[in-house]
Amino acid sequence: MAVTAPAFETIAPPVKRRRRWTQDQVSLPRVLLRMLAGVVVLLVFILPYTIMFFGSVKTKAQIRSVDPTYFPTEWHWENYLTMWSTPETPLVQNLISTIVISVFATLLVLAVAMPAAYYTARFRFPGRMVFLFLVIVTQMLQPAVLTSGLFRQFVGLGLVDTWAAMILINAAFNLSFAVWIMHSFFAGVPKEIDEAAQIDGAGRLTVLFRIQLPLVWPGIVTAIVFTFVACWNEFAASLVILSTAGNQPLSVALTKFVGQYETSWHYVFGVSVVAIIPVVVLFMLIEKRLVGGLTAGSVK
Amino acid sequence: MSTTTETASTPTGAATGRPRSGAAPEGRRPRGRDLLHALPWIGPALILIFGVVLFPAVVMFVNSTRDISISGVDQGSVGFDNYLEVFSFPYFWPIFGRTIVWVVVVVAATVVISLGLAQLLNKAFPGRQLVRLAVIIPWAASVVMTTMVVYYGLEPYFGIINTFLVDIGLVDTPEGYGWTRNPDTAFAWSIVIAVFVSLPFTTYTILAGLQTVPGEVLEAAKMDGAGPVRTYWGVVLPQLRSALAVAVLINIINVFNSLPILKVMTGSIPGYDADTIMTMIFKYIQNQHKVDVASALSVVAFLIVIVIVAVYVRVVKPMKEV
Repeated sequence: MAVTAPAFETIAPPVKRRRRWTQDQVSLPRVLLRMLAGVVVLLVFILPYTIMFFGSVKTKAQIRSVDPTYFPTEWHWENYLTMWSTPETPLVQNLISTIVISVFATLLVLAVAMPAAYYTARFRFPGRMVFLFLVIVTQMLQPAVLTSGLFRQFVGLGLVDTWAAMILINAAFNLSFAVWIMHSFFAGVPKEIDEAAQIDGAGRLTVLFRIQLPLVWPGIVTAIVFTFVACWNEFAASLVILSTAGNQPLSVALTKFVGQYETSWHYVFGVSVVAIIPVVVLFMLIEKRLVGGLTAGSVK
Repeated sequence: MSTTTETASTPTGAATGRPRSGAAPEGRRPRGRDLLHALPWIGPALILIFGVVLFPAVVMFVNSTRDISISGVDQGSVGFDNYLEVFSFPYFWPIFGRTIVWVVVVVAATVVISLGLAQLLNKAFPGRQLVRLAVIIPWAASVVMTTMVVYYGLEPYFGIINTFLVDIGLVDTPEGYGWTRNPDTAFAWSIVIAVFVSLPFTTYTILAGLQTVPGEVLEAAKMDGAGPVRTYWGVVLPQLRSALAVAVLINIINVFNSLPILKVMTGSIPGYDADTIMTMIFKYIQNQHKVDVASALSVVAFLIVIVIVAVYVRVVKPMKEV
């Protein structure tokens, strides 16, 4: 749920120019009021993650103290080293699982979605609309509602409790979004560029890799980031498909701490900080494309 | 987000047919061959969509009419008995009602708050970029991890949110209210978390919509003497209609499908007083090992999702641009 496919129409058409309709003279008190509101919003949005961070440098005694302090009184950075050997779950393996599943699912999505997006954006063929309709409908489906079917299917295939299963599931459910976003970028490149290259003797693959890719890379980066972050945080299917502790990603592994007799919250938060920072950074890198209608076809 | 002007003025290859290769006059090729040419490009995507999205749906439908033992052996057809078990479960209708409350309250609160947030983030002020980046965090961060912080925060005695509520006088004793022990309060807090993690996507969608509001129109409204409130209701909101349609429908689907928040917040509470359809499906699978009954309930959930998707396709018309 964390990562949501953004609206199709926010992706596709480039907004002509960002227009701020409050550009005209704004009085100083009004600006200060906005800044105040901005600070409040900022604090609210970072609050859970600040609690997380402060908790991660407390000792177990401090974080479970009946007289808790809001700020850490001493900074136990060593938690970030000791947390990996906590007995509840093999955290190192969980981290490796998360990385392997996310990386390979993203690569698979890229390899499968890019040709499909390019071809449907460039060529008409019978069944093209059916294919794109299929893409839209599957984009709205999530593993959670299909988990019981997925579970039975992968049991039948003998793939249950394997990384391969989760790589396939993550790839399949994020494919549509990647196709859609890349499709809109490819469609934004004037076809004259293709034609010019083809007249110069370039083959179709050469056109894709040498001509198109440099023009549409913002779309591809966006697709990669969205896919990667979605896989990184996937929970519902992993919960059912991966039963061995070592195979599970962090999102599933961490839930085992809930309801423990004495939960090591400082470790939960240390791991969370480590798991959250990379994806937040990735998302911030494509922030411009979230707002500016994901400025598709910015090459024009 | 009806910013379709650009696309219309720039015909793409798709819009005008295949690019003519070279100068050779090309006769109309047979359609079958065109599809054949397309297959190497779209084939892998089709395999993945059919194999891992649509086929499991079929498996689920079939399983919902079978008797599957706890160890996973298919013991033959039972007709609609699994559905009967789902609907005759005494907690089913309360769970169904709670699911509606869950979706409606979360989506409504999310949209209302996001409208305000987007309005602020669309205004110029120093530090706006920083605030925008902060708003992204819950979108990127794992929902499980975000929820676990709140769960910890609400723990009696040592939970930091509970401590804060005690310090400001909203809660009487440091023992706390038993927030996560009591199904109703745990559910209420889950709604708060669900709204929090839904805000970024919704706010950004509305922000994108706000940027399609033409400046001239706003100036015209100002010239005509419309105040900010009047302008917002009369000019801005109507322009946001398609952005809101997208945001509402995608949020409905996401919130309906949401598992991790309730799993963490209410999963350790015995009974079924804080469950939604989605958490119930997972209770059937994981706690009771009844994949057949879980499939029946999943089919019910799946049909609900399909209805929402159908509404989405009709209202948002995502196909009109391809």
